[in-house]
Amino acid sequence: MTANILAIFYLISGVLFILALRGLSSPETSRRGNLFGIVGMAIAVSVTILSVGNFSTGFLYLIVFLLIGGSIGAFIAFKIPMTAMPELVAGFHSLVGLAAVFVAISAFLNPEVFGLGTVGSIKIASLIEMSLGASIGAITFTGSIIAFLKLRGIMSGSPITFVGQHYLNLLLGLSLVGLIYYLCVTQDNNLFWTIITISFLVGILLIIPIGGADMPVVISMLNSYSGWAAAGIGFTLENSALIITGALVGSSGAILSYIMCKGMNRSFFNVILGGWGATEESLKSSSKEQKPVKSGNSDDAAFLMKNASSVIIVPGYGMAVAQAQHALREMVDALKKNGVKVTYAIHPVAGRMPGHMNVLLAEANVPYDEVFELEEINNDFANCDVAYVIGANDVTNPVAKSDPQSPIYGMPILDVEKSKSVLFVKRSLSPGYAGIDNDLFYRDNTLMLFADAKKMTEDIIKSL
Amino acid sequence: MEIDPFIFRLSIFILSIFVGYYVVWSVTPSLHTPLMSVTNAISSVIIVGAIIAALAGDNIKIFEVSNIYGFLAIVLAAVNIFGGFLVTQRMLAMYKKKKKDK
Repeated sequence: MTANILAIFYLISGVLFILALRGLSSPETSRRGNLFGIVGMAIAVSVTILSVGNFSTGFLYLIVFLLIGGSIGAFIAFKIPMTAMPELVAGFHSLVGLAAVFVAISAFLNPEVFGLGTVGSIKIASLIEMSLGASIGAITFTGSIIAFLKLRGIMSGSPITFVGQHYLNLLLGLSLVGLIYYLCVTQDNNLFWTIITISFLVGILLIIPIGGADMPVVISMLNSYSGWAAAGIGFTLENSALIITGALVGSSGAILSYIMCKGMNRSFFNVILGGWGATEESLKSSSKEQKPVKSGNSDDAAFLMKNASSVIIVPGYGMAVAQAQHALREMVDALKKNGVKVTYAIHPVAGRMPGHMNVLLAEANVPYDEVFELEEINNDFANCDVAYVIGANDVTNPVAKSDPQSPIYGMPILDVEKSKSVLFVKRSLSPGYAGIDNDLFYRDNTLMLFADAKKMTEDIIKSL
Repeated sequence: MEIDPFIFRLSIFILSIFVGYYVVWSVTPSLHTPLMSVTNAISSVIIVGAIIAALAGDNIKIFEVSNIYGFLAIVLAAVNIFGGFLVTQRMLAMYKKKKKDK
């Protein structure tokens, strides 16, 4: 197979990958889109194998390794519960990152096969590209591992900060640039290994100061990094499929990070530098005064909702933790039988990754045309009888509109407080992830339901 | 004067960023999680580099250090390809419209 034909095939896979993303513009076309992606991948893999044309022992090993990896992947894909999607995606990012590092190492050790020159005199451009690819890949790898550990709860979600952290990161970043420069001059093996080692370290340092509530941004950011790493390797290997894909994934992750930051009204740098950790402590101690709260039980809640004409459900991460999505849908079904109009309102940063709540609701068989985004539904709260807040907190806090002193001031929130009555399912009055007291608890039209989200929802079903 | 092939690759790269920008903005927010898992799956196309690295060289020295890195990368990328596409498929299968009956 000539290089030209090969390049055409890679271009075709690149286009199929674009179509795969394009399909996600609506749920109807999305499944076909995913198929395009699979076909694109199949084309890229088969033409690469054909182009190497080595069908002996090595090929056998290739198939074996492909099957080992493939069955592990397939096993995980079928077994993983939907609540664990954030961890899964973080884990997968780490694999892309490490694969990029390995490919770069291989290209550095054996540049002839990739047509990049010979050991000790690799083309300067290739050297820059492969060290950038390896470096970003290494950062993605360790960064995703930390994100995975935090999401999984193995590592505490609270930010880890120390004095001079930002200067250390800056220093390491600059040293990476310097090392890449010297690598180009000297072609020294040790420099290459040092670059990779420092990048591993940077990945860890970059993610540890970011708090648990900012995980949606972190995951999107790592998604973006894995793309740029792939693009770097794509330049090294002169492969258009990789370059196109890297650019797509890189910009996709960047856009998602932007959307998540906007959902929290925070700048990207503010999140990256881990700004929220400091304010958390001071706020917890300052708002200790007791305010009167109305609390109710499942019968009160059932009575209120049964007699309502419209109910809006506001799910949050707490719903995922309590695994309450299935019970929630049963409750909604019971309400619908009573002729109540029920819709769902989802805040952009609800959950631990972009779109997390939508997947959980879809898993519980909630039709996607009953689920609305913040902009679509926010005006409806004023005409709604009951808002049922389950596992969400900060995203409903009216303080974001009223108190310029609050850390979440300016963050777009769901206007839950405008509905006639608010049912707030929560285990206690403790503040949410942002560490801010929610004004909504003390409103006259709020009825607190102190219980586990799943248990309360089940009890309400019984009372209905 | 001839243009360096690098410039062509750079052009592909820059244009793809723009394509990605517009395509991703048109993705509906409710599908952002599948978007992440599918981008993750397609970025594993890095496996093409791994395959070249693994199969390079004579058959006698198939387990040179550089080949071993290639094989390791193949395993990692394969986990991602199969895991990423299948989990995306599984998620997308759950998105259903309201039933029109009753």
